Amino acid sequence: MDTVYLDNNATTKVDPKVFEAMIPYFCENYGNPSSIYESAHVSHCAVEKSRETICEFYSASSPKEIIFTSCGTESANLAIRGTLHNTSKKHIITTKVEHPCVLNTYKDLEEMGYKADYIGVDENGELNLDELKSLVNQDTALVSIMAANNETGAIYPYEEAAEIVKSINPETKVFVDAVQAAGKIKLDVKNTKVDFMGISGHKFHAPKGIGAIYIKEGTNIAPVLTGGHQERALRAGTENVPYIVGLAKAAELAMNYLPYESTNVKALRDKLENGILSTVKNAKLNSRTKNRVPNTTNIGFEYVEGELILLHLDELGICASSGSACTSGSLEPSHVLRAMKTPFTSLHGSIRFSLSRFNTEDEIDYVLKNIPELMKKLAKISPFQKELSQILEI
Amino acid sequence: MWEYSETVKEHYKNPKNVGSIENADAIGEAGALACGDALKLYLKIENDIVVDAKFQTFGCGSAVASSSMLTEMIIGKPLEEVKKITNKDIIDRLGGLPPEKTHCSVMGREALEDALKNYYGYEIGEKSTDKIICTCFSVTENTIKEAVEHGAKTVKEVADLTYASSACGRCKDAIQGIIDSIIGKKEVEQKALTPVQFAIKVNKILEENIAPELSKDKGGIELLDIEGKNIYIKLQGTCSSCPNSTATLKGFVEKKLKELVDPEISVISV
Repeated sequence: MDTVYLDNNATTKVDPKVFEAMIPYFCENYGNPSSIYESAHVSHCAVEKSRETICEFYSASSPKEIIFTSCGTESANLAIRGTLHNTSKKHIITTKVEHPCVLNTYKDLEEMGYKADYIGVDENGELNLDELKSLVNQDTALVSIMAANNETGAIYPYEEAAEIVKSINPETKVFVDAVQAAGKIKLDVKNTKVDFMGISGHKFHAPKGIGAIYIKEGTNIAPVLTGGHQERALRAGTENVPYIVGLAKAAELAMNYLPYESTNVKALRDKLENGILSTVKNAKLNSRTKNRVPNTTNIGFEYVEGELILLHLDELGICASSGSACTSGSLEPSHVLRAMKTPFTSLHGSIRFSLSRFNTEDEIDYVLKNIPELMKKLAKISPFQKELSQILEI
Repeated sequence: MWEYSETVKEHYKNPKNVGSIENADAIGEAGALACGDALKLYLKIENDIVVDAKFQTFGCGSAVASSSMLTEMIIGKPLEEVKKITNKDIIDRLGGLPPEKTHCSVMGREALEDALKNYYGYEIGEKSTDKIICTCFSVTENTIKEAVEHGAKTVKEVADLTYASSACGRCKDAIQGIIDSIIGKKEVEQKALTPVQFAIKVNKILEENIAPELSKDKGGIELLDIEGKNIYIKLQGTCSSCPNSTATLKGFVEKKLKELVDPEISVISV
């Protein structure tokens, strides 16, 4: 068996159709969209056609509401910092389980004098909307809330959250980080009260280095990158034409594959999840929210450490992740699982498996064939034999 | 992803001596489940020689590799040699570890110490009340304090002088605390010195830091008066007639007082 790639929440394979669509914009149609001659016009049209596709992908009202960025992190920074630039309000709210691109931006703003509140989740990972309700006030400039969690796949009720926020303070802006939702579940931004929504191409089979943000028409926001007039002067810098074309192609494919995601990909994910939980006795499900994206599961293996599991999975050619890829450089356990009060017995041994439409049933069978034996082998190394023997006997 | 040496990979893939020893002569433990690292080490000892060793580790790849390597290093060795094994020895035998993973090897050393303590019934190695702050490089509180006294003002500067915190970084907060307590104190002292406090401090430095040095050459020093930042002193004994007395005065006495009390001090011999 070649590599079994089950780390699609970290990044995805570029769909060959996406790559193909990008190729003409490197060596043939390389004109600057801002220039006046014919080849520049081709580039300009490609960007504007892509904007229409992304508008459709978001279910936004107008292509004018779409700004191309370099990634999800940039989209988050534009929404958050761009909003605060144009208001005197000093209070900001987000969740404890956001991606670092939001959390660390908030930390930075706190150092600059903003007051930040972080709403929690329960043991299953469900967001506490009552807490949100109690925190929004007349000084609240912005609420950031993710559409789906990268580590557990939990879908958060961002539409309802936006309703709550606006009902208390209509001036408060709402940013939704939809990086992990895009391509997995349908986005329908025009029927919500959301002001900004960020996506990143490489999570749905476009290349790394391209993203977008939806900015509701009429929203007052300042640019973070200043310079030329590109992207309505909200994101200066020459448009990354081939990547924008790639993003649109990936979005077009993703829209077509949405039903496949919620049936076939989900079926494979469920098979993997149920298979592991039924054959590995010290495995506990961490992804327990009512609503979850179809491709993700997060499983904690008690009394065995996560990196050791990943290294041994790698030996078997299986790629997975212990929490967010951004977290792997540090030695701290996942902030998401800690916010869920995941017990220490399985916290350090939590593994995220995230699938894509490129995974096959054979691959899942291969994983299920190998995991029970591997986990038995790794359990033998653990000093918690007494505790393990109790679990393994049950 | 971490860059692991081939030896590290071999040891986490196929760790040696995994398990427990029934009727072990010594058992050592280190770490805890909550920290994400825990190790149990079992030793069989005959005639002061480790005849068998087994381990069980809850930890990452490098923690398992370090434990496995440790058992390989001690089996067949006399206790006298085993006692001398350091974290660095384990890391060297593993062909190096990424800096952030250094603490994994420390756990092996800690479990070994714990096992030997368990065997002998008392602590092994030099007894010290000096608290270890950086476990990766065994850097103590006093060593860090010395570094700060010698001018290190940031965690990074302490790391440059002592290596403390340059591996896993878990002790950075503790080091910052030590820096704050010393530098904070210095600032308070400098700001708050009244003329009387200034005089007391000058006298204290003369008695404790300067006079003992001069007495080594059968010399002495007497404080006569203080006027602002001017310190009037009299050199005694051999110092008074020494041809190098000016050098002693400016190069040693004044330098020391400038360093420890106030950089504007001027020492005048009467």
